[in-house]
Amino acid sequence: MSERTLLSAEDIGKRFGGVQALADVSFSIRHGEIYGLIGPNGAGKTSLFNVLTGIYEPDGGSFTFDGAPLNRLKPNEVAERGIARTFQNIRLFQNLSALENVMIGRHVRTRAGVFGAIFRDRATLAEEAAIASRAYQLLDYVGVATRANDLAKHLAYGDQRRLEIARALATDPKLLALDEPAAGMNATETRGLKGLLEDIRRDGTTILLIEHDMKLVMSVCDRVLVLDYGRKIAEGSAADVQNDPKVIAAYLGGEVTLHVKDVR
Amino acid sequence: MNNAGRTGIPLQVWAGVALVAIALGVLPFVAALAGQAWVRILNFAMVYTMLALGLNIVVGFAGLLDLGYIAFYAVGAYTYALLASPQFGIHLPFWVILPIGAGIACLFGVLLGAPTLKLRGDYLAIVTLGFGEIIRIFLNNLNAPINFTNGPQGINLIDPFRIGGFSFASTESFLGITFTGPQKYYYMLLLLTIAVIVVNLRLQNSRLGRAWEAIREDEVAAKAMGINTRNVKLLAFAMGASFGGIAGAVFSATQQFISPESFGLFESIIVLAMVVLGGMGNIPGVILGAILLTLLPEVLRYTMEPLQMGLFGRVLIDAETIRLLVFGVALVAIMLFRPAGLWPSAVRKRELEVRKAAA
Amino acid sequence: METFLQQIINGLTLGSVYALVALGYTMVYGIIGLINFAHGEVVMIGAMVALSVITALVGSHAGLPAVVIILAGLLVAILICVAIAYSMEKIAYRPLRRAPRLAPLITAIGMSIVLQNVALMVWGRNYRTFPTLIQPTTHNILGAAMTDLQMLIVVLAALLMGGLVLIVQRTRLGMAMRATAQNPQVAGLMGIDINVIISAAFVIGAALAAVAGLMVMAYYGIAHYYMGFLLGLKAFTAAVLGGIGNLAGAMLGGILLGIIEALGAGYIGDVSNVCGLSSLSDTLQQKCAASDGQVSLFGSNYQDVFAFFVLILVLIFRPSGLLGERVADRA
Repeated sequence: MSERTLLSAEDIGKRFGGVQALADVSFSIRHGEIYGLIGPNGAGKTSLFNVLTGIYEPDGGSFTFDGAPLNRLKPNEVAERGIARTFQNIRLFQNLSALENVMIGRHVRTRAGVFGAIFRDRATLAEEAAIASRAYQLLDYVGVATRANDLAKHLAYGDQRRLEIARALATDPKLLALDEPAAGMNATETRGLKGLLEDIRRDGTTILLIEHDMKLVMSVCDRVLVLDYGRKIAEGSAADVQNDPKVIAAYLGGEVTLHVKDVR
Repeated sequence: MNNAGRTGIPLQVWAGVALVAIALGVLPFVAALAGQAWVRILNFAMVYTMLALGLNIVVGFAGLLDLGYIAFYAVGAYTYALLASPQFGIHLPFWVILPIGAGIACLFGVLLGAPTLKLRGDYLAIVTLGFGEIIRIFLNNLNAPINFTNGPQGINLIDPFRIGGFSFASTESFLGITFTGPQKYYYMLLLLTIAVIVVNLRLQNSRLGRAWEAIREDEVAAKAMGINTRNVKLLAFAMGASFGGIAGAVFSATQQFISPESFGLFESIIVLAMVVLGGMGNIPGVILGAILLTLLPEVLRYTMEPLQMGLFGRVLIDAETIRLLVFGVALVAIMLFRPAGLWPSAVRKRELEVRKAAA
Repeated sequence: METFLQQIINGLTLGSVYALVALGYTMVYGIIGLINFAHGEVVMIGAMVALSVITALVGSHAGLPAVVIILAGLLVAILICVAIAYSMEKIAYRPLRRAPRLAPLITAIGMSIVLQNVALMVWGRNYRTFPTLIQPTTHNILGAAMTDLQMLIVVLAALLMGGLVLIVQRTRLGMAMRATAQNPQVAGLMGIDINVIISAAFVIGAALAAVAGLMVMAYYGIAHYYMGFLLGLKAFTAAVLGGIGNLAGAMLGGILLGIIEALGAGYIGDVSNVCGLSSLSDTLQQKCAASDGQVSLFGSNYQDVFAFFVLILVLIFRPSGLLGERVADRA
């Protein structure tokens, strides 16, 4: 893991009507690390993802990705720049096969258009073969190769999450942004996911990870950002953050603890 | 058993293909036994197949609801009619006009799609419906002050398809067999239809086809995967419109007469019904839908009136009305009981069934 | 100026009818998000049924006063339209409430075709004329003419719309409808029977449609099995123009659309008169001389196009309509 910054955010703000979802959020992610994003429900984690990946425009602040600003880009442009994401609620192409899902991930790195499709020249055929083989490779990498021809909606829940990661990896991202990939997984599946994340880091892709599973976060993340009510309350190594009183208060509700003491 | 042979395709498949080819080859002569009208009906079925496949790109692959698709058909038909008839005295050959017709239809597709593809599903449907109606009204009225389209009377005496001096409209002999006009058109249409089918199959199994299906399944995820959904949707519209234009030009050349009557909302709905009933997104299903919906009304017409005469001594309800009633009821019934169509691709069927099960 | 005022009056009359029909579309769309394609046909059925009843009563020479005859026709029309709309909802739309958008739209199209052809079977292909029961008197307003019938239409429509607003704003049913339109699930949890509310929306819409049908038939003097299609489409345009899902929007949209159409049809000839350019062509000069200086590119036969153009323009530039909120696809 290097010290070079891959993504930096400065004073990101986003308001939805009366709700300030994000306010003055600044952080930086280094090349090759697994960077966690945690916080209580409603803290603004997915909003941050959505602002980063172009679904919403920030009201203020800016991102710098790999040396270049990331302003006012549409989601497909963000993917083209090298940020791929998964979704909290799993957004696979339900009625397409697992293989086709991953093949679609290759879209942004390939070129064939209408003419290639209709006339099937040699370049297009070669590209199609490469897409298919890379897709198989990725399915194997995440561990769902045996389900390649099954419809995405028929995959087991854990497999669906992995498939979504495979699809995101197919875009050859520099930064892989995962939104609660371990949600709904049991302990065994989570261990498997941890192994996959470490493989991905080892193979050179930086990961930004929203998670609620603290064991996973603490064991796999190099550094962590903590949000609460749209604001950053801590950023640092997993161990530091774990012991930060502000973080503890945010999760447990500092006020409540005080009152309990008083009642007695 | 795997008699793969050199090409890697089993012998059985080749045998099957050969049988189908022979059957298709003699079909016009078999049909002619019942009358030339039936050969014409076969020709119609093929034109509608081309149309339905074109709409299938828009509705079936990309999931965009177009209720005014017939407008592109009209554009193609009128382009041919204006460039190969006494209307302006121009008589360009078919193969020159075909790409022009496709191109103009494609242009209309882009013009319509550019501002409207961002709209939500049912709104897009209504806008496209409005567009279809606007085209029809213009076609009906552009006969004054300059006579452009000859208004409601339509354009007559359109040049038939010709190879060299060999016109397709008349009956001629070739290699000892007599081919009537409609029979000659049959073979030409068959070749064109096969070409259209092949192109559609290739489109489906390509990077572009996958992008269309991704948009249909989940547009947000498609964007997140780097697909420029706006351009890809526009491309679907443009390709669909081009096929519509081609079908229209062919229709013009086959019929030798067109009028705005053939290009109304009802025709748009019929083509949509072919796609829906056949199984959206599924090419064989759509072909089946097109053939059924072209043949069925004709079959009805030939049976309903004699049946009523036999039962009641007179015709209570004319065949046209029965046909429409059956059609309307069928649309409702299919949506209620078999929304995935008669021969759905595994895809759509499971989507619609699971949705209903969850209800 | 007279022509202008005349067009306004005509537009207001037609617009009132559009408004009544638009309310039906907007109520249904507001609550269940369905474009009831068959609504125009319900208007047509209302007209045809009323026509049959009125013709029968007139023909029976029972000596009933004209008002009674008309009211009888109206009543029967309302009853039948309500029955049709209720059954349609129950049989064809309710089972598809959770289906993907495409399914109910196609079903609605199918129902529209069925209704058209049933009407064709029952009433035949020909245009049917509406018997003149009451001699029309024309009033002179600032130089323009307004008939009794036009006044009646405008006033009656206004009363009905006012009544609907009262129901929606002041009654429990109305409150339940507004709640269901905002959030059907939660409304259901609060004890509102969604099915009843949805049926109510269809029923009220159908009643208004029946009245509108009678008005249109009285205004134009004829009824025809195909009259519902275009009228329905224009009324839908009006609903979208005003902001679909929004009652006030439907009323505003209807009136506006009627006026736009009337003005458009009235002035399109003048606006597209090319005789100003007649110096460019001899043929044109001859034509202009022969037709009193009026050779237009587009005449009033393009009237129907206005509605469609309005529809497309509104949906492209302001899909929320004049009074609604944004409805283009959100991410």
